[in-house]
Amino acid sequence: MIEVKNVSKWYGDFHVLKDCSTSVAKGQVVVICGPSGSGKSTLIKCINGLEPFQKGAIAVNGTSVGDPATNLSKLRSRIGMVFQNFELFPHMTVIRNIMLAQVKVLGRTEAEAEERAMKLLTRVGLVDQAAKHPAQLSGGQQQRVAIARALAMDPIAMLFDEPTSALDPEMINEVLDVMVALAEDGMTMMVVTHEMGFAKKVADRVIFMDEGHIVEDATTEDFFGTPRSERAQMFLSKILSH
Amino acid sequence: MNYKWDWGILLQEPYFGWIWAGFGWTCAVAILAWMIALSLGSVIGVLRTIPHPLPRAIGTAYVELFRNIPLLVQLFLWYFVVPEVVPREAGMFLKRGLPMPEFWTAVVCLGFYHGARVAEQVRSGIGAIRDGQRQAALAMGLTTTQVYRYVLLPVSYRIIIPPLTSDFLGVFKNSSLALTIGVIELTARSRQIEEYTFQGFEAFAAATVLYSLVTFAVMTLMHVTERRTRIPGMISLEAK
Repeated sequence: MIEVKNVSKWYGDFHVLKDCSTSVAKGQVVVICGPSGSGKSTLIKCINGLEPFQKGAIAVNGTSVGDPATNLSKLRSRIGMVFQNFELFPHMTVIRNIMLAQVKVLGRTEAEAEERAMKLLTRVGLVDQAAKHPAQLSGGQQQRVAIARALAMDPIAMLFDEPTSALDPEMINEVLDVMVALAEDGMTMMVVTHEMGFAKKVADRVIFMDEGHIVEDATTEDFFGTPRSERAQMFLSKILSH
Repeated sequence: MNYKWDWGILLQEPYFGWIWAGFGWTCAVAILAWMIALSLGSVIGVLRTIPHPLPRAIGTAYVELFRNIPLLVQLFLWYFVVPEVVPREAGMFLKRGLPMPEFWTAVVCLGFYHGARVAEQVRSGIGAIRDGQRQAALAMGLTTTQVYRYVLLPVSYRIIIPPLTSDFLGVFKNSSLALTIGVIELTARSRQIEEYTFQGFEAFAAATVLYSLVTFAVMTLMHVTERRTRIPGMISLEAK
């Protein structure tokens, strides 16, 4: 479903991604972890073309992301993305946030979009918040709305960029619960996160990145059992020590 | 000082009519110019935020040109120079064909000048929105135009209401310069009354009151707009 081949990216002179290759099969959940500045977020933003890359190739469902002839808007509409800071549109109500792209991109009618939005709000447990504005919700609620907004487009895959990093500790689980349920439904997911509990529970594979390299790309059992690189071992011992 | 006050002059014809006619022209110049400024400024401001060098360069060139030349000089350039340097037919149209050339020149000149200022405000409003918003909107499959139309501009206009208010007021005040090319607006009428009656204090007092009235109306309008479009739950926009 998602193929990343020898991707390199520079910000000016700074080499952010160094020859990264990996793939995600349909229905797989892949967790990407690593220290900050290692290129995790950049990598998943390359997958839907939010960040350009200079070398290599990325294909999603057979469509090349880097190809100038690709209709990026169309491709993006099929890949859901959830951001660290939720990025709900502050001037629209919750339900309008979920309806916007359904109407403007997919061409659904207002009624269809509203029905779909209400269904998804029920699914993430926020149906009573539909008429509120994002700033009136807690962080955890905002992130669940953001997930519903992405799901409303019926995506073939979902990308998560540190979805719980901006949340208060007591709100992390309500978001992770939604993500676990999504994974169990068979959604193809790439998740940048430091939530190792989530990784152990639902991930098929874990990718460990450091300084722009994919240092490790292993099944979840192997990664938590016997990570091969010293760097990954150190990272794990640091974040799992408490 | 030996000055004979006569406030009654303001209610006598033709002076009463002059003042209101002048006030009408002031409002006409200012409101039409503001409409140009808002639309043109929005386009130029957006151009300056697009991540491509050409639209940015066009936007920057526009802003620097119209912001850096004194308004009075611009007015003279539009009125005296432009008709001579454009192709002959166009020049003839500006000088002979166009009804009320001084009025339209003032409207266009003020519109372009304030357009540059509005552009800077729109640009700063868009710049104040964190990049994640643009990314989130693009990630949903919206085109760049849709991202501006539905996400960036609605939020940016709300952010820039206070500086836009200043500029909306500015266009009324700057419209008084139009008298230099012959628009008989409020300030020109006041001078005229002074010349006819020697009651300059009264005439300019009336003008002052009318300018204050219109700026007060603009402030009220913008304040109501700000309150109506306030985003529920957002502290930064709620604070007054």
